[in-house]
Amino acid sequence: MTETKTSENRPSETRNGIIGRPIDRIDGPLKVTGGATYAYENALEGTAFGYILGAAVAKGRIAEIDTAEAERAPAVLLVMTHRNAPAQPDFGPAVTPTVPEVFTRARPALNSERVRYYDEPVALVVAETFEAARAAAGLIRVRYDEEPGVYDLSGHMADAYAPKRTNAGFETDSVIGDFESAFAAAPVKIDATYRTPFEHHNPMEPHATLAAWSGNELTIHTSAQTLANFRAGVASTLRIPPERVRIVSPFIGGGFGSKLIAHADTILAALAAQVLQRPVKIALTRQQMFANAGHRAEMIQQVRLGAATDGRLTGIAHDVWAATSSFEEYCEQTAVFARSLYAAPNHATRHRLVPLDINRGEWMRSPGEAPGMLAFECAMDELAERLGLDPIELRIRNEPAQDPERGVPFSTRNLVTCMEEGARRFGWQRRNPTPGSTREGRKLIGYGMAAAIRPNYIGAATARVAIDRDGRVTARLDMTDIGTGSYTILTQIAAESLGLPISSVKVELGDSRFPRTAGSGGSWGAASAGSALHNACNALKERILEAAQSSEASPLRGANATEASFADSEVRIGQRSASLADLIRRIAPDGFEAEGSVAAGAVTQSYKAYSQHSYGAHFAEIAVDCDTGEIRMRRMLAVMGAGRILNAKTARSQIIGGMTWGIGAALMEQTVLDPRYGHFVNHDLAEYHVPINGDVPEMEVVFLEEHDDKANPLGAKGLGELGVCGAGAAVANAIYNATGVRVREFPITLDKVLPALPVIAI
Amino acid sequence: MQSFTYERAASAEQAAAAVAARPDAKFISGGTNLLDLMKLEIERPAHLVDISRLPLDRIEETAAGGLRVGAQVRNSDLAADPRVRSRYPMLTQALLAGASAQIRNKASTSGNLLQRTRCPYFYDRNMPCNKREQGSGCAALQGFNRMHAILGASEACIAVHPSDMAVAMSGLDARIETISPGGETRAIPIGDFHRLPEATPHVETVLGHGEMIAAVTLPPPPPGRQVYRKVRDRASYAFALVSVAAIVEKSGDRIRSARIAMGGVAAKPWRATEAERMLAGAAASDGAFTDAAEAALAGAIGHGGNDFKIPLAKRTMRHTLAAAVESA
Repeated sequence: MTETKTSENRPSETRNGIIGRPIDRIDGPLKVTGGATYAYENALEGTAFGYILGAAVAKGRIAEIDTAEAERAPAVLLVMTHRNAPAQPDFGPAVTPTVPEVFTRARPALNSERVRYYDEPVALVVAETFEAARAAAGLIRVRYDEEPGVYDLSGHMADAYAPKRTNAGFETDSVIGDFESAFAAAPVKIDATYRTPFEHHNPMEPHATLAAWSGNELTIHTSAQTLANFRAGVASTLRIPPERVRIVSPFIGGGFGSKLIAHADTILAALAAQVLQRPVKIALTRQQMFANAGHRAEMIQQVRLGAATDGRLTGIAHDVWAATSSFEEYCEQTAVFARSLYAAPNHATRHRLVPLDINRGEWMRSPGEAPGMLAFECAMDELAERLGLDPIELRIRNEPAQDPERGVPFSTRNLVTCMEEGARRFGWQRRNPTPGSTREGRKLIGYGMAAAIRPNYIGAATARVAIDRDGRVTARLDMTDIGTGSYTILTQIAAESLGLPISSVKVELGDSRFPRTAGSGGSWGAASAGSALHNACNALKERILEAAQSSEASPLRGANATEASFADSEVRIGQRSASLADLIRRIAPDGFEAEGSVAAGAVTQSYKAYSQHSYGAHFAEIAVDCDTGEIRMRRMLAVMGAGRILNAKTARSQIIGGMTWGIGAALMEQTVLDPRYGHFVNHDLAEYHVPINGDVPEMEVVFLEEHDDKANPLGAKGLGELGVCGAGAAVANAIYNATGVRVREFPITLDKVLPALPVIAI
Repeated sequence: MQSFTYERAASAEQAAAAVAARPDAKFISGGTNLLDLMKLEIERPAHLVDISRLPLDRIEETAAGGLRVGAQVRNSDLAADPRVRSRYPMLTQALLAGASAQIRNKASTSGNLLQRTRCPYFYDRNMPCNKREQGSGCAALQGFNRMHAILGASEACIAVHPSDMAVAMSGLDARIETISPGGETRAIPIGDFHRLPEATPHVETVLGHGEMIAAVTLPPPPPGRQVYRKVRDRASYAFALVSVAAIVEKSGDRIRSARIAMGGVAAKPWRATEAERMLAGAAASDGAFTDAAEAALAGAIGHGGNDFKIPLAKRTMRHTLAAAVESA
């Protein structure tokens, strides 16, 4: 690949060529042979099994709950309801005083006769076997005093309110200039309203916990993206000091944001284990995950674009109305990206929420950009057509020189290069700009593209690294690997830094006894944990060099350290070198240990002085069956500018995973909330469609060569969620190009294009 | 899931008798549908009679020149059988369009015919459903009914039968052989096998309690080209929005005979007999296909979310007929 950042700012120590290499996952063999133990697979002596019974109504109170038959059922140890559950704090207000408290607040379960949402836990049965617990749960009789609830976003727009902030602490509204006047005066306008549905994360591994007490110490084996959140949340709920809670989560079968906080499986397992004084294991069922493990909220998004006839934007407005929970607010930052994507003198964004009687929405892969760009990047496509401009040319004409919202320079921004390189590789010039006019047999063919943007975050993290007398390195941090490749890239970072082969480095993750990190979320894991480990390795090297120069036992005693390097398992100081293992054996028979940290991005000077985002361009080709309206992908391409790539294989896997999410969002993902009953109707994987292999076409991913020295010591930027951003819009724009039908209600299922498809002669 | 007892049947007669002896007993074979329903306590049998190992797993030639498919032939084996592939290609296409490879490896021929609807309200015990709980009402009628029936439904139930295999078998005029607890056998034309919901949607077939499917007999393949076309929301592993099984026999520029069955539209595979009658002797033309499709859907009724199925079924049928003729 061509392009971009020069290499002169690269840290001199990273020359071993290990970072970036597409090495296989370190944990791959364990996973494919069943050797990776997931939460529910942990076995402890005397473990009892829990099964949760959920509420049959969406709002009301439990008038009567008869557990007698369940308690008499074979092998049942405990039936817990609000009547006998250990005391927990009240849930508290809908909005926490500060953003971080969202993650650490108490999340009590079975502590009230109130039912706040459909399938909320109303009882827990614990038995000697899972089967006995589930069977007994079926014997519990509950009578509810049902109350009318609100389950319909579009029917309750009058109840919309402005939250104090969005997720991640962004401003609810933004205003630059005077959008309304600019829009009124604009010669070319788009005013389009899009709807995006409820969606669910559906990681393969369900939310599951094995909780065990030893004295007053609680150990929780679970599936968690962020251990510190779980630890704090469990401690708050059980009213015990966090130090007494240990979270263990070495392997995670996907999270997508639904495992950032403790859910009912964790809280109830901890409570039941306390009551029974034996380990208790609980998993949510797939159906229970729909109500009890978060979702992306349904939204109505209005995008207004005003442009001069040459295509330059004079005004951008993005207004979002989203469903939220009546008892806990969650405002996805859906319009935030629109503040900094394109240049326009007049900008306005707003977020509004409509409370429904449903569970809380949660962070779902690419929160904000995923639904927001689905709408916004389609509106840009609509504007390009109105202007008679190529969609890429429109975006190029609105490329900002600096961050349009903050007025600061970009750390790196290669959006235009991404689009141009993508156009070249994809054969974009073959796109027929007249929609509905390209046919192959009985298929209508379309090309679409969209831009991608995703903020680069960095969270506070610490890592500890140790080297033993045999030159073996162990890195420990409470980071998690949710399938992204954390084990692998962290191994590469340590091996690179210390000049050792991959096989000499062992990375241990997923234990809250290890130094605290920001975990996996917001695409910040690699940058945060990776930078901390990088710094820890630097600290370790300093200790080694110091001892190497000063220790009497050192073969390098007295050497000049300013020219030191670690490479090929050797330490070199000036002209003198020694085997690292041999050196350590001589100077530190007990080995060395060091820690390194990074601060949260928002508090660093570099973050304030530069606008930091990853960028990309998505391209899609689709075919629509003109007889049935079936929409099938033909190929996709993503060109990404996301800083330094730590592992070309795991990075690519992240992006193609995101592109697959884009296909899902554009074509099929939707959870239907029944406005009569308040339940998610299609709450299993037969009815909630995600793309399967047959839906995923050939995908090409290209990374521009970038090194963002403003972002962090590694030069890497957040990448995991970038693949989602804009991918769905590229698909939707391709559908328009193929059919001439602009569907603004996602997902674009065949029934929405069918009425407009021509009946072609046979 | 409630506790149940289990026995493995030694013979077809004994299996039928074992189920007949207890009102709360059921047959189990691949379990790909029944076990899911038991976990959710939608089905609560107290006793299961396992018929999966009965020697009903062969596909045999019949004297008439057709095939007799044992009830325990797995879906994957039936789809892969060279005789089925060459003489009943529509059946192979339908089988391979259904479920996933893993499920097809477990699912039996008889179990496929007897699988229950995937209506999400049927699958949620907290929701009204006349099929699951007589007299509780039909939540789908005014609810999320995108997948539901447009033909043969009633106020009591608008669920569809989810099978692809059964649709192809309907077009092939299959007959379902059963054995009763007393040892008596009968052969039921597939068109008479499933019942429409009317006021009793919980009664889904004409089988008596303990009556067991022993085999499905396929008559000799009818002349003409066979095509199975399934339209769904994703490329695989999705139930049909609509499907069309068509066999069209041409003579010169005219159609000699046609058979058409539809899936995803009713509580049973739906034979479009009026359309078949219209096509017999008609010119093989777009107009004839269009008229046939109109006739086939003449009585269709949408319920809001599934209104689109009516034009979709027409368009799919028109094109499927054309495809069958084109390659005839």
